[in-house]
Amino acid sequence: GGMAAAVLLLLLLAAAGPGPGRAEAGRERRDALREELLLTPLPTGDVAATFQFRTRWDADLQRGAVSHYRLFPKALGRLVAALGVRELHLALTQGFWRTRYWGQPPLQAPAGAELWVWFQPTVTDVDKAWKELSNILSGIFCASLNFIDSTNTVIPTASFKPLGLANGTDHHLLRYAVLPREVVCTENLTPWKKLLPCGSKAGLAVLLKAERLFHSSYHSQAVHIRPICRDASCLAVSWELRQTLTVVFDFFSSGQGKKDWSLFKMFSRTLTDTCPLASQSKVYVDISPKNKEKELLEVSPPPTSVHEAVVQGDKKTYAVYDLLSPSLFNTSRSLNVQLKWKRPQDSSEMPIPTLHAQRYVGGYGLQTGEICTLIYNTHPYRAFPVILLETVPWYLRLYVHTLTIITKGKENKPSYIHYQPAQDRTRPHLLEMLIQLPANSVTKITIQFERALLKWTEYPPDPNHGFYVGSSVLSALVPSVIAMKDMDVEQSPLFTSLFPSSDGSSYFVRLYTEPLLVNLPTPDFSMPYNVICLTCTVVAVCYGSFYNLLTRTFHVEEPSRGGLAKRLANVIRKLRGVPPL
Amino acid sequence: MAAPLVLVVLAAVTVRAALYRSSLAGFIAERVEVTSPLNAWKRVVEGLALLDLGVSPYSGAIFHETPLIIYLFHFLIEYAELVFMITDVLTAVALYLAIQDFNKVVFKKQKLLIELDKYAPDVAELIQTPMEMHYIPLKVALFYLLNPYTVMSCVAKSTCAINNSVIAFFILATIKGSAFLSAVFLALATYQSLYPLTLFAPALLYLLQRQFIPIKLKSKSFWLYTMQYASLYLCSLVVIICLSFFLLNSWDFIPSVYGFILSVPDLTPNIGLFWYFFAEMFEHFSLFFVCVFQINVFFYTIPLAIKLKEHPMFFMFVQLAIISIFKSYPTVGDVALYMAFLPVWNHLYRFLRNIFILSCVLIFCSFLFPVLWHLWIYAGSANSNFYYAITLTFNIGQILLISDYFYAFLRREYYLTHGLHLTRQDGTEAMLVLK
Repeated sequence: GGMAAAVLLLLLLAAAGPGPGRAEAGRERRDALREELLLTPLPTGDVAATFQFRTRWDADLQRGAVSHYRLFPKALGRLVAALGVRELHLALTQGFWRTRYWGQPPLQAPAGAELWVWFQPTVTDVDKAWKELSNILSGIFCASLNFIDSTNTVIPTASFKPLGLANGTDHHLLRYAVLPREVVCTENLTPWKKLLPCGSKAGLAVLLKAERLFHSSYHSQAVHIRPICRDASCLAVSWELRQTLTVVFDFFSSGQGKKDWSLFKMFSRTLTDTCPLASQSKVYVDISPKNKEKELLEVSPPPTSVHEAVVQGDKKTYAVYDLLSPSLFNTSRSLNVQLKWKRPQDSSEMPIPTLHAQRYVGGYGLQTGEICTLIYNTHPYRAFPVILLETVPWYLRLYVHTLTIITKGKENKPSYIHYQPAQDRTRPHLLEMLIQLPANSVTKITIQFERALLKWTEYPPDPNHGFYVGSSVLSALVPSVIAMKDMDVEQSPLFTSLFPSSDGSSYFVRLYTEPLLVNLPTPDFSMPYNVICLTCTVVAVCYGSFYNLLTRTFHVEEPSRGGLAKRLANVIRKLRGVPPL
Repeated sequence: MAAPLVLVVLAAVTVRAALYRSSLAGFIAERVEVTSPLNAWKRVVEGLALLDLGVSPYSGAIFHETPLIIYLFHFLIEYAELVFMITDVLTAVALYLAIQDFNKVVFKKQKLLIELDKYAPDVAELIQTPMEMHYIPLKVALFYLLNPYTVMSCVAKSTCAINNSVIAFFILATIKGSAFLSAVFLALATYQSLYPLTLFAPALLYLLQRQFIPIKLKSKSFWLYTMQYASLYLCSLVVIICLSFFLLNSWDFIPSVYGFILSVPDLTPNIGLFWYFFAEMFEHFSLFFVCVFQINVFFYTIPLAIKLKEHPMFFMFVQLAIISIFKSYPTVGDVALYMAFLPVWNHLYRFLRNIFILSCVLIFCSFLFPVLWHLWIYAGSANSNFYYAITLTFNIGQILLISDYFYAFLRREYYLTHGLHLTRQDGTEAMLVLK
C-alpha cells in the first residue's frame, strides 16, 4: 500500500514536470523582499522603532492576467488589477507623533485611518471604484474603512502628488479620506502581518507581538503600493509594496524609568533567524552624535558595519546589523541589540525640527468656534513655502471670509487658495493654501466656524464625547542643513526613497497636525414623540382658532332649556329649599 | 403731518446709529432670534468672499440669498449700515403713506354705508371718526421704526429689512391702486422669500374692490381682471428670475434659495417651529411633515379670502402674520412687520379678550429667549428643551394674538350691522356666541 502510494506520487511529480511550475522555477526570481528595522533613540528618552518591508515585483499588474503570486500578496495584487489602482496609501495610527520633541518623523500618518488613492486614467467612475476599494480594504484589514463615503472624502488639488511613476496628474483621479475616530488594535495588526511573505514566523517580523506594540505612545502601520521604474532606463514598470510599522516606546511606561533599551525590553523577543525569502534583512541603530560631539550611545553586540548617510537634511550615523551575514549568529543563537547611554542626556541638546506645527480649537460655547493652526519655521535664514490641506466636516460651517494668516504681526497672503465649500450631508469643506513661511517665524492661521445642530439620528452613540476633525496635512520641501548627494535611490535605506527630491538641497516632508475634538449642541434624545406632539399642538391651536372664526358666525345666545346637570342641580335645590336655577 | 414723521425718523436713525457704534452690535448680530441662515449678514459677506475667490456662492450650503442681493451688495458693501437704515426709513414712510390712503378709503366706505343705512342705529360709538384716525399713520411708522425687534434687525444687518421694505412698497402700491407696481413689488417679495405668494389674494381683492368689480365667480370682469393681475405678476417674476440667471450664468440659485426654504435642511435654532421638530423627527416621516408644515402656511389663504372678501386689508394683515409665524426660518424682523399694523386696528381694542396676558407672554418670551440660549449654549446648565419651550410659548402667544384680533374684528362687524345693544326675544340682555 505505502509503496504503491510512493510510486504514484513519483509518477505524478514526473507528469507535472514539464508544466508551467517548472518553467517558473527555472526563470530568474522576479520579486524581492527587503526588510529593515530602524531604532532611533528620541531626545526625550523614548525610542522609536520603524519596520519597513519592501516587496518589489517585476510584473505588470494592470495589463497581464497574473495568476502566480509569490511574495506579493494576492489580495492586494488582485485589488490593484481589478479596480484600476495606480497608487494606494493606507495608514492606521494610534497616537500622535510629537514633532516638536521627537524630531521629524521618517513617515508620519494622522491619527485614525487615512487612505489616499490615485486611480488609473482608464477608470471611468472613480467614485464607484473608491467606494468598492474602501469596502474591500475594510474587509482585508478588519478596519471600519467602510465608513468612508462622500461626507469625508475630498479631492485635493495640490497636496498629494503621486509618489510613484505617473504620466499625467489629473487630480480628479485622486481621492483622500481620513477617519480620525478609528482605533487601531490587534485585529488590525494580524491581517497586516499576514500580508508579509514570512508572516510573523521568521525575520524581523517575529518582533511584532501585539501586547508590546500596543503598549506604546505611538503606533502606526501603513501599506503603500506604487509603480516604480524597473531599472535606470525606466522602460518597464515594477510594483512596489511597502509595509511600514512605526512604534514609539515610552520611557516611563515601557522603559520603567531607565533609558537603556534593548530589543527584548521593547518587544519581549529577540531576533533568532532571518526570513529565507528576504534578499536583504538589516537592523539600523541611529547612533548619530548630537552637537558634533562624540557618540553618547553605546550599542552591543558590536555591529557588522557602520553606515553614514544624509537623511532628512542631516548627517546621520547608523550601526548596521546585517542578519544575512553569517558572522552575526556565530556567538549566540539570538540577536538582542542593546542601547546604553554613555552619559546622561541634557534636555537642552534637543534639536528643534525645521518645520513643525500645532492646531487647536479656540472660542467658547456651542455656537461658534475658531480653528487655529500655528506653523513654525525654525530655519535661521531660509524661507520656504508649505501647502496646508484642511478637511473640515460639513457640520462645522467654515466662514472663509474670516480666514486670517498672520506672520510676525503682519498679514501673510497665500499665493494659492483652493476652497471648496461643504454641502450639507454630502461633502466636507476642503481648504488648500500655499503659504510662504519666512525664516525663523511663527505663522498663525485662524478661521471661524459655526456649529450646526444635527438631526437626532445623526449623532454617534456618545454625542457629548464630541466630533472629530481630521488632521490637517502640511507638505513642504524643507531646505536641508547639509546638501544631499545624488545616490542610488534603490540602494538607499530608510525611507528616503519613498518621497521624491528634485535636488539635494531640500527634502520632502509631510506633517500632520493634531486631530480636533469639537462639541456640537445636541437636542434632547429622549423626546422625539413629545416634540412632535407639542409642535403639532401649537399648529392645531392655530388651526382650531381659525377654523372656529372662519366657519362659525355670531349668534345671539338662545336661553338654554337646561341640560341634565341643571335639572339635577334643581332637584338638589328643591330638597334644600333653595330657589331653583 | 410731515414734521412729526421726520422727528420719528430722526429718533429712529439716532438709535440705530448709536447701537451700530456700540459693543452691542456684535452681540445682536449673533442672536439666532434676529438672524437666520436665510438672512444673516455674515452669510452675505461670506457669499461675496466666495465670489471673490472664484467659487460660486451657491456651491456651498452657507449662502441662501438671491442673486439680486449679491448684485446690490457687491457695490454697496461699504455702506451697508447706511443701506439698512435707509431701508428701514423707506419702509416706515411707505407704511405711513399707505395707511394714510387706507384711512381715507375706510372713511369713505364708512360714510357710504351710513348713508345706505347699512349700519344699525345705536352704533355711533363704533364708527371711526377722522379725529381718532388722524394719528394712525404716524403711530404705524412709530410702531415700525421704534419697535425693538426692528431696531435689532437693523443693527444685525439682516436682509429681512429689505424684504419688509419690498412688502411695504407692495402694500403702498396696492392701496394706491396701481396693479402694475403692486405686481412688480409682489414678484420681488416672492422672489426673495417665496411666502409672500399668499399675499396675491388680498391684493387682488383690494384692487377688485377699488375698481368696483364685484367678486362673483361667474362675472366675466372678475376673471378678466384676475387674469390681468396674475399675468403681470407672473411675467415680472419670470423676468426677475431670468435676470438672476444672467448674473452668474447658472440656475444653481434655485435649489440653494427655494429648495432651501422648502426642504429646511439647516436646523439652526430660531423662533420658529420647524427646527426642533425636524431635529427630532423620525427619518421615515421627514418628507411628509415638511410638506405638511409648508402647506400649513399656504392653505389659510382661500378660507380667509372667502370670509374676509369685503375686508382685504385685514386679510392682508392676518396673512402677513401667518407667514411670519409659520415660515420655515422666521425672525423677529418678520414679527415686527405685522406688528406695525396693530395701530390700524386700535378701534378693536374694546373687543379684544386676552390682550393683556398675550402682551405679557410676548414680552416675557422676548426676554427669556437670550437667557435660555445662553444657558443652553454657553453655560451648559440647560438643554435645548428650555429654548424650545420658549419658542412654543412665543408662537402660541402670536397665534392667540392674531386670532384675538380676528375675533374682535368679526365681532365689531356683527355689532355694526346688528346694533350694539342686543336683546333677546324676551327683552333681557343677550350674549353673543360663535356657533
